[in-house]
Amino acid sequence: MSKARISPLRSGFVHLALAGYTVIALFPVVLTIINSLKDKNAIFRTPLALPTAETFSLIGYATVLKQGDFIGYFQNSLIVTVVSIFFALLFGAMAAFALSEYRFRGNTLMGLYLAIGIMIPIRLGTVAILQGMVAAGLVNTLTALILVYTAQGLPLAIFILSEFMRTVSDDLKNAGRIDGLSEYAIFFRLVLPLVRPAMATVAVFTMIPIWNDLWFPLILAPGEATKTVTLGSQVFIGQFVTNWNAVLAALSLAIFPVLILYVIFSRQLIRGITAGAVK
Amino acid sequence: MGSLNLKSIRKAFGNHEVLKGIDLEVKDGEFVIFVGPSGCGKSTLLRVIAGLEDATSGSVQIDGQEVVNTPPAKRGIAMVFQSYALYPHLTVKDNMGLGLKQMGAPKAEVDAKVAKASGMLSLEPYLARRPAELSGGQRQRVAIGRAIVREPKLFLFDEPLSNLDAALRVNTRLEIARLHRSLKATMIYVTHDQVEAMTLADKIVVLNAGQIEQIGSPMELYNKPANTFVAGFIGSPQMNLVEASRLGDGQAKTVGIRPEHITLSRENGDWKGKVIHVEHLGADTILYLETEVTGLLTVRLFGEHQYDVDDIVYATPDKASMHRFGADDRVLR
Repeated sequence: MSKARISPLRSGFVHLALAGYTVIALFPVVLTIINSLKDKNAIFRTPLALPTAETFSLIGYATVLKQGDFIGYFQNSLIVTVVSIFFALLFGAMAAFALSEYRFRGNTLMGLYLAIGIMIPIRLGTVAILQGMVAAGLVNTLTALILVYTAQGLPLAIFILSEFMRTVSDDLKNAGRIDGLSEYAIFFRLVLPLVRPAMATVAVFTMIPIWNDLWFPLILAPGEATKTVTLGSQVFIGQFVTNWNAVLAALSLAIFPVLILYVIFSRQLIRGITAGAVK
Repeated sequence: MGSLNLKSIRKAFGNHEVLKGIDLEVKDGEFVIFVGPSGCGKSTLLRVIAGLEDATSGSVQIDGQEVVNTPPAKRGIAMVFQSYALYPHLTVKDNMGLGLKQMGAPKAEVDAKVAKASGMLSLEPYLARRPAELSGGQRQRVAIGRAIVREPKLFLFDEPLSNLDAALRVNTRLEIARLHRSLKATMIYVTHDQVEAMTLADKIVVLNAGQIEQIGSPMELYNKPANTFVAGFIGSPQMNLVEASRLGDGQAKTVGIRPEHITLSRENGDWKGKVIHVEHLGADTILYLETEVTGLLTVRLFGEHQYDVDDIVYATPDKASMHRFGADDRVLR
């Protein structure tokens, strides 16, 4: 009798649990999308029903695209997210390489110091950050957001990447040194490709909070030209009247760019080229 | 082209001293093997020669040139690693050619040298493949090829055969020996396997706890071990080391006798003992005896012999082949 085989009953339960979780996770997303395609009365009368011929309406999308510069908001969100991820990954990977590769005084202390950011929310420093941005004349610029988000993403990037870089074989790096590769070439050409799955993980974890953030755009860049999608959607939420069609349509639209980025990164998660490097 | 001179090399990690003053001279074209138990500092010494580790003090000269402050790529060395350390994203050809390319050699020259090296190692069919598509033995040949292409003054091998299975290990060993003969290059090779050391080396350097115990040709180390450590380390099965007082030798502390220098008889001899274990290897028969005089004694007989556990036998050592060591564990001459 082999215990390695999983009984159909057991695998059935596993699938049941996974399916249940999928339904729970997808429910709000699906609800947002189907309601964004209905008219206002239908949203309130039958919020769970699919849009029918009578209730189908694109009024929400029409409002969103008419009102304000929504394409511009999307552009702002994309620029801020992509550039912040790029810098967080670049500087995070470089710091991680230094911490994992070189022996120097205060190495461990520096690693701990850089990891503290994971535990202390960056929002605690909002007032100081705002004062700094005002002093530097960066208020109402995308640069301000990019700087803040890069700083916000660095601790996790350094923490995860330095762990992964420790697993890259020393022999490989030494072979590179003997072949005359500079430390930069070793970093960019040997180490980075090998930690690509970890980079993708960090990118996904960094990306979502940046895309969804309302706090810093509201405080640092509320101007019309620098609004992000999350901030732009707020115009439809009023104290007394909320244009639900428009809010739901804006949120549905906001899902897609981030979904595309996620698909790009998650493909990297699966692909591993480490096989055959050593051993 | 290819001599090496080490003068009082010391290396410490924090307070822990790994190399305690190594002096060594390697002549052009020699095949030198560093051998010793794990943690004796042999790999660290190789890394110091390669420039991958900085020595705490001491001087490294390659071809009479002081290289302590020279980066590894400019030392004129090539290294083969235990884990192969091939670049996973490059083809076999690019793996082998990268070093030359970095030095700025023209493409035609790189191609010619890669072709020559791959010919020597019969790697031609695999030039377009990536390391992941090769077997372990092929990967190690690519790693060796990568070293050959650089035409270095010094070849450094860091336990290159440890990851290969036994049959492949013998083949690759032969290949390395052949390469050394045809290239006439200076090679430095680190291993913990004394069979590799005995079969490949012109000169063996036995290291223990960061110090050189003895330097010599394989037969010198076998016939004239300088101390009990070398005596016990070189030769398989190990030399029998017996307290001299049990043999009535007042001057020496320890007496060593190799298992192959003992004859056995069922009737009479010097040391009476009981067989406790027999290993039949075909060409050899190894017997472990418990004798009244010496305690546990290993005996190696050539050919096949029929002895059973609990048989009573008499062992007689070849007096001329005995080694006597003094109180400081050094040999008495």
